[in-house]
Amino acid sequence: MPDPKRARPQPTPETRHYWEGAKAGELRLQRCDACNHTYFPPRPFCPACASRAVSVFRASGRARLYSYVISHRPAPGFTPPYSIAVVELEEGPRMMTNIVGCPQTPEALVLDMPVEVAFPPLDDDISLPVFRPAGSAA
Amino acid sequence: MKPGAVAIVGAAETTELGVVPGMAEIQLHADAALNAMRDAGLKPSDIDGVATAVTQPQAIAHYLGITPTWVDGTSVGGCSFMLHVRHAAAAIESGLCRTVLITHGESGRSGIGLGRPQVLPASLAGQFELPYGTFGPPTMFTIPVLRYMKTYGLTEEHLANVAVIQREWAAQNPRATLRTPITVADVLNSKMIAWPFRLLMCCLVTDGGGALILTAADRAKDFPQRPVYLLGTGESVETPMISQMADFTSSRAFRVAGAKAFAEAGITHGDVDHLMIYDAFAHLPIYGLEDLGFVGRGEAGAFIAERHTAPGGKLPTNTNGGGLSYMHSGMYGMYALQESVRQVRGIAPAQVPDVEVSVCHGVGGMFAASGTIIMGRERP
Ligand SMILES: [Zn+2]
Repeated sequence: MPDPKRARPQPTPETRHYWEGAKAGELRLQRCDACNHTYFPPRPFCPACASRAVSVFRASGRARLYSYVISHRPAPGFTPPYSIAVVELEEGPRMMTNIVGCPQTPEALVLDMPVEVAFPPLDDDISLPVFRPAGSAA
Repeated sequence: MKPGAVAIVGAAETTELGVVPGMAEIQLHADAALNAMRDAGLKPSDIDGVATAVTQPQAIAHYLGITPTWVDGTSVGGCSFMLHVRHAAAAIESGLCRTVLITHGESGRSGIGLGRPQVLPASLAGQFELPYGTFGPPTMFTIPVLRYMKTYGLTEEHLANVAVIQREWAAQNPRATLRTPITVADVLNSKMIAWPFRLLMCCLVTDGGGALILTAADRAKDFPQRPVYLLGTGESVETPMISQMADFTSSRAFRVAGAKAFAEAGITHGDVDHLMIYDAFAHLPIYGLEDLGFVGRGEAGAFIAERHTAPGGKLPTNTNGGGLSYMHSGMYGMYALQESVRQVRGIAPAQVPDVEVSVCHGVGGMFAASGTIIMGRERP
């Protein structure tokens, strides 16, 4: 049972496609139909050119570890030490995440190492995209 | 802003700093405001402009008995007060008001009457950052640093050294919270908070406040204290989400605010005698030195290690001891401004000789916002 005090995302009309995708096992990004810019976090217009003509697409789920910290402080729903990371997706945008499936140490968490997305359920409604070292899938 | 058109004629901190359990947050504002009005020889009825952050300006105006014709509630984090100074200067120059009081009070440690904005779960940060276990600034502000370290070869020792040198400044300041000298080894052996950051690389959590009074420079000589003239000001914002910062090795908000302030003041880096860079964490002075243009990209760690910012160095920086050793109630920008004023007046505990020009650079949120204020002793 997940910790009831753990922070949960609350989807809005602008972000619902992302959270529905995560629940279905897909990492969904948006791309501008006018200028081809790929962006994150979700919004129904392009942050590069302001066009409202944008499309949702399924990202590869492949990324590289861009930067992180290893938190040693207690936080609801987490067992320290745990990584709070930013990954750079193959498609360009960066996003915050946790790196799972490896020791939470500087030796195991090497910048620029390839990682791939996974979708562990947070509760009945939300699956939260996290990343693990590429090729480590069970 | 026209350089030298507006001056700071009153400046003070709360009577006590550090642990002040006997005061609610609004009284910390008021205590600092009363001290600043005494410093300037003014009464609340002389004030017609009020600016403050988090707490609303109407709360401060009513509590102090002020009837303003201008207010500013800009609240972009710890550098809000730099933005207030900038906005107040524009308001005074354009005749919206004559005498502005800017207040800050924060019961950061004791939590008495504390008002602090929350991250809502439906906000973008609430959806795309908070669920990953971010837990306050130590787990967010620090995230870009490993990328900086890999890009430029910055070491943990470089980060530790920032804290060591600021403690040297704090040792000269009787009001500093932490004054005992420390070594790089002490920093690297202190408690791990969020790797690569250890406790002594993180700011204090204290109670306190500060206030400033600004008016037109034409009137400034009528006040009891030596006026401190505003030479240049800058501000900008980037993103409320640290994960979306465009360049993890440099702050766009820093670069924009700093360049604007320097251009407005019409000065070069060689003209700067004293520098304050908001140091919530040990990497902030490194990013600040580079983004303000004092050194090239990737050079600040070595610059600090070579003691250029230390006592006796060519660019004395964070001379009150900074957020790492002096005090940090949560929004430290006001205390950086107070130290710049003291240095330009010539009354700082660790006074730098002959400060003609002081640059005071603030950050808000986690690289989310920035404000730069350049102060001078002479009216240009
Ligand atoms: Zn576009």
